[in-house]
Amino acid sequence: MEKLAPAKDRLVKSKQNWVDGELRGKILVLLCAVIMITATISITIFLGTKGLQSFIKNGVSLIEFITSTKWNPTNQANPEYGVLPFIFGSFAVTFLAAIIAAPLGIGGAIFMTEIAPSWGRKILQPVIELLVGIPSVVYGFIGLTVLVPFIREHVGGLGFSLLSGMIVLSIMILPTITTIATDAISSLPKSLREGSYALGATRWQTIRKVLIPAALPSLLTAIVLGMARAFGEALAVQMVIGNVRNLPTSILDASATLTTIITLNMGHTTYGSVENNTLWSMGLILLVMSFAFILLIRYLSSRRKL
Amino acid sequence: MKSKTADRIATGVFIAIAIIIISILVGLFSYILINGFKYISWDFLTTPSSNIRAGGGIRDQLFNSFYILLITMIIAIPLGIGGGIYMAEYAKPGKVTDIIRSCVEVLSSLPSIVIGMFGLLVFVNTTGWGYTILGGALALTVFNLPVIVRVSEDAILAVPRELKEASLALGITRWHTIKTVILPSAFPSILTGIILAAGRVFGEAAALLFTAGLSTPRLDYANWNPFSPQSPLNIFRPAETLAVHIWSVNTQGLIPDVEEVSNGSAAVLVISVLLFNLLARWIGSLITKKITATK
Repeated sequence: MEKLAPAKDRLVKSKQNWVDGELRGKILVLLCAVIMITATISITIFLGTKGLQSFIKNGVSLIEFITSTKWNPTNQANPEYGVLPFIFGSFAVTFLAAIIAAPLGIGGAIFMTEIAPSWGRKILQPVIELLVGIPSVVYGFIGLTVLVPFIREHVGGLGFSLLSGMIVLSIMILPTITTIATDAISSLPKSLREGSYALGATRWQTIRKVLIPAALPSLLTAIVLGMARAFGEALAVQMVIGNVRNLPTSILDASATLTTIITLNMGHTTYGSVENNTLWSMGLILLVMSFAFILLIRYLSSRRKL
Repeated sequence: MKSKTADRIATGVFIAIAIIIISILVGLFSYILINGFKYISWDFLTTPSSNIRAGGGIRDQLFNSFYILLITMIIAIPLGIGGGIYMAEYAKPGKVTDIIRSCVEVLSSLPSIVIGMFGLLVFVNTTGWGYTILGGALALTVFNLPVIVRVSEDAILAVPRELKEASLALGITRWHTIKTVILPSAFPSILTGIILAAGRVFGEAAALLFTAGLSTPRLDYANWNPFSPQSPLNIFRPAETLAVHIWSVNTQGLIPDVEEVSNGSAAVLVISVLLFNLLARWIGSLITKKITATK
């Protein structure tokens, strides 16, 4: 009989349960949010302190680290820690990839939104989604087995080159640029297009003089996001770029980027050694660059007018 | 007449660009599938890999890939959906929300190799675990979390306002409304997003190189005790996944049949990702039909 408590008590109790559930739910989701903040902050702090060790503890000069082109950490007598060739390599492949992928991506976006909005989009949209889905090692592997021999035989050089890295990366960042550019152009108000057509402008004139300028900040955001992805890509580039420590003199020269040197050497250097610590400093450069890309994107989106 | 010609040329150029993009995809897929299908056989999928001799398969790598994916999802889905609920329902516009939003943005734009390095520092060295499945899964969680948060936030915000308001008007509390009204109707889009994210995790390699390692111990599939070092279910053992395997045989492998193994593995990887894509679409449309009763 003890099951049947008076109605008054039961109501109070269920009210109490409700309040408890409400509070528990709120705490639960708040916890998830806190975990995300913790993850971001701890990544910054851990990589920051570890990345600065080579300068603080091992006494590697920051100026030499960034400006010297001589990378020779295994030399016993006179080790040199200059990562300029790799920084240069990273920026070179990133910009070159963006130069190829930006026109293709924005062109594809214009094709989907302006030239053939119905059937073109139906075909190109899944194509882009599938391109996103191909894992980066598969891009690297195809680059290694198809692109590298092709360049060696038909263009020149060893095949392992900035050119191969640039082509592989440009295909990898193409979907990013296309997707965001498509969203940007299709979200422009219809009145812009109609106004331009009503003035007698052709489609090309409308695209060039009205749509592209109006969507420019978003299009630039698309390109910057693509470049951020290219800058941080490791394995695909590592497989095709050749990984040498010299500054490349031509596009057909083998080169190396920050990510490829980290990938290659992290496994077989002793944890805590000077060489290993310089790898962490390179990781810190990657982290700082990805913050820089975010700031750039913030700046661009604050300039968006429409 | 001149502008008309320019218009025609421009149209031609745009169509050419679209054709280039499509042919890149067709070329890539046909290359992977045609070259890879030759090597995929029951034998290839069920023999363990070899470090030196030819004729190794990908049994352990395939299992590891799915197992790491599973562990990652067990950790990342509750966290991600929780974060999404917070952003969509609880977060008030203000400084704190801005900070969380920036955190999501930072996490999603971090290069995967940087996340791998963080994993090496924290889950491998600081904890003293060495290369483990759990470390790999935690690194992949960091990599995957922002995607799931964004997907669930968008899905929850897309739920019609009336549903939520009707529930609140009936005197139901906010958390109960979220649990019983909002989440079920946002479920199809969340699920689709999660499956697509799973495809990305499945092919990820850079974050796993330094966290789950490049080797797999000899596994005994009859041993189901998750604490035994030979058991495939042990989450504290190193595990090389399929994507990492393709990379390692190509860059540091000694086996003579690199081409065969990596062609076959690449095909398996791409087919799996393709299946994830199709599954996402299919489940999405199925559940939408069931819930909304539209055809």
